[in-house]
Parts: sequence; C-alpha cells; structure tokens
Amino acid sequence: MILAVASGKGGTGKTTVSVNLARVAGRRVQLLDCDVEEPNAHLFLRGVLQRREEICVPVPQVDASLCTGCGECSSFCRYHAIASLESGALTFPELCHGCGGCSLVCPEKAITETGHRIGVVETSEADGITLIQGRLDIGVAMAPPLIRAAKSFLSEGIPAILDAPPGTSCPVIAAISDAHLVILVTEPTPFGLHDLTLAVDMVRELKIPAGVVINRVGLGDDRVHAFCREQGIPILLEIQDDRKIAEAYSRGELAVDALPGYHAHFENLLFRSRELYHATRSEHHADLRI
Amino acid sequence: MKVVFSTSGNTLDAPLDRRFGRASNFLVYDTETESFTVVDNRQNLNASQGAGIQSAQTVAGTGAKHLVTGHCGPKAFRVLNTAGIAIYTTDAATVADALKQFLSGKLKTAGAADVDSHWV
Repeated sequence: MILAVASGKGGTGKTTVSVNLARVAGRRVQLLDCDVEEPNAHLFLRGVLQRREEICVPVPQVDASLCTGCGECSSFCRYHAIASLESGALTFPELCHGCGGCSLVCPEKAITETGHRIGVVETSEADGITLIQGRLDIGVAMAPPLIRAAKSFLSEGIPAILDAPPGTSCPVIAAISDAHLVILVTEPTPFGLHDLTLAVDMVRELKIPAGVVINRVGLGDDRVHAFCREQGIPILLEIQDDRKIAEAYSRGELAVDALPGYHAHFENLLFRSRELYHATRSEHHADLRI
Repeated sequence: MKVVFSTSGNTLDAPLDRRFGRASNFLVYDTETESFTVVDNRQNLNASQGAGIQSAQTVAGTGAKHLVTGHCGPKAFRVLNTAGIAIYTTDAATVADALKQFLSGKLKTAGAADVDSHWV
C-alpha cells in the first residue's frame, strides 16, 4: 500500500505525520520525501546513506547544420523552451519539461536529446525505514520530474509512505497520483480550512480516497471539524496543540519516541488508514458489480 | 527601417508598455513610409513561463532590427541578440514619445538585460 501525506497549507505537520507513521509501522517500510525543494524527513531519521543517483531530464540539442528555422519545434513547445529564428533554434533547458515533442515534430531531424541534471535521489537506511529523498539542485525550478524519479526507486511489495510537498499544484499531483490513500494534514484555522477544501477537491479529482489528520487541535475554531462532517471525510487522528511536540521536533526527535501516548496515537492512525483503504476498495468493487 | 514598440494599445498615442514579454501588442513602425502595423501579442499575457522568449521570436518575425521597450529580461535578450535586433530602453509614456526619442538618436542600445529573469 502506498500512503501519501499531503496538505493544502504548508507547515501543518506533513513531515511530522510521515516520519512518526513510518516509525510505528512495526515492519520494513519505505518513506519517500517528495518535498524535493526542501527535503527534511532525514533530519528526524539520521540514516546511513546507501546510494545517491543523479537525475537528468532530456532536453533538446539542435544540430545547427540541419536546422532550417522552420519553427515547428517552437510552436509545439507550450513551455516556450525553444525559440526559432531564421538563423536556427535557440534552446532554454531550464524551461524544458523533457517531453521530447520538439525532436518528434522536427522535419529535418535536427533535434536530439541530451541529459540536463536537475538533482539527486538519495537512499538511506534508518532502523528498518528506507528513506528515499529527492533533492532538487539549486536554481532548478521543476520539481515534478525529480519527484517521479524518486518514486521510481520504490520497491514493490514494501509499504510506502509518501511525504508530499505542500499545496495542490503540479509537484503535489506528481507525488500523490498513484497513492492508494491520501492523509490530508490540516489545522483548525481559517487558512487550514481554506487550503483543506482545495486539497479535498484535488483528491476527488484524482479519485483517491482520503482522510484527515487535524493537527494543533485547540487552536482556532471547529470549522474544519464541521467541514469534514458535512463532506463525509473521516477524521483519522486529532493531535492536540502541545508545546512538547514542538520542543521534541526542534531537537530532531520523533513524538512517538519522545512523548508518552503518541506511539499508540500513530499506530491507531495507521490502523484507521488501512481500514479506510480497504473499505473504499470494497466499495469500489461493489460499484464495479453494479 | 522598421522599429518595434511594446504597447498596450494600437495607435501612436497609446501607452508604451514597459514590460516587453507581456506587452499586449507590438507596434511596427516603418520610418520610410511613416506608417505602422500592429502585431497581437496577447497570447503571452497569461503564459506560465517563457513570455519573453515567445515575444522576442514574434518581434524577430516582423523583420525589424530595432526594438524600443521599457525593460528586457535575460532570455528575451538572448533571443533578440541572436536575431540581430538592437534593443533600446526608455521610460517614455507613449509610443509617439518613444518614436520621437528614437528618431532624434537619443536612445542608446542596451548591451545586456536590465531586469532579472522571473524564472531562475
């Protein structure tokens, strides 16, 4: 099972939930840090690096002797990563999404693809947790290809927890798109509610079952609870607004290790997530039968 | 000689658009015939990225070798430079004012981009 941890709003506790869940799994588990712009799960796990691999995206290379400047490539490229002039095509690798379309549409076969490094994927081992993290190079703006590359390092047959980047845009879609269940972490504040509604729309569009974890309960108001109730979204765990969690976090410690009671809370979250996943699967099968 | 101006309108009285990549129109003035045509550039108003590149390619397509605008970023500059187009920057309010400055020789060509890239 692939369990993704996402949120609309940033800073709600995705990494806290992800690393604590991985710790209580009680069996071999993979933790994938998909927040490739600023991976931070490693701060809490301190594993031993096993493998580091460079990740490249294919970008066009133009053979000037063949290019006629016809403009087929630049009119195809929706990212404007290639400009056509009479003198030939000019490429902007930093804008290229690596789709390869320009080389296909070039009537002169003047475009081949070459690798453009965007970052690394690092794998480390920490007490039964295989941590896989993408790390985008400084100055690179395109996270999705690196997130997809990091996901390709997942081994089948071993449960995986995906720590997604915040928001609801392309990097998040790339991270959660083939998850079996999404845990949406939010907080009971107006911002938390606003961004949760966006995140709920996103998972519905992607047709991935989802449950909610409300963090810092005691802050704000009860509108997040009311929203979940109205929308029929299960609340899988509520975490109290407890300064002790922040203190442990600031020391790089996991709540399940440092604080009494939290091990059971997170075990319960894992249990309820599995239950929700299996419930939605059987519903899905029921739909198919009809 | 053809000179291109970035503008939000389609007459000589129209404001000069200081933004090159996301200007809605390019006014192409022909100094020999003292007449002009307007090229629609609105496709780039909402481009997620690469508006300057696309706009520079559009300017190159007019055949003009002179461009008068407010500011020009590094990617547009690279395309314009490769196409052999001289770039002049001005804070003139209207196309007519900018044209007057250009014709009197007051504008200097820009040797490099004068604003940062929006992307990287």
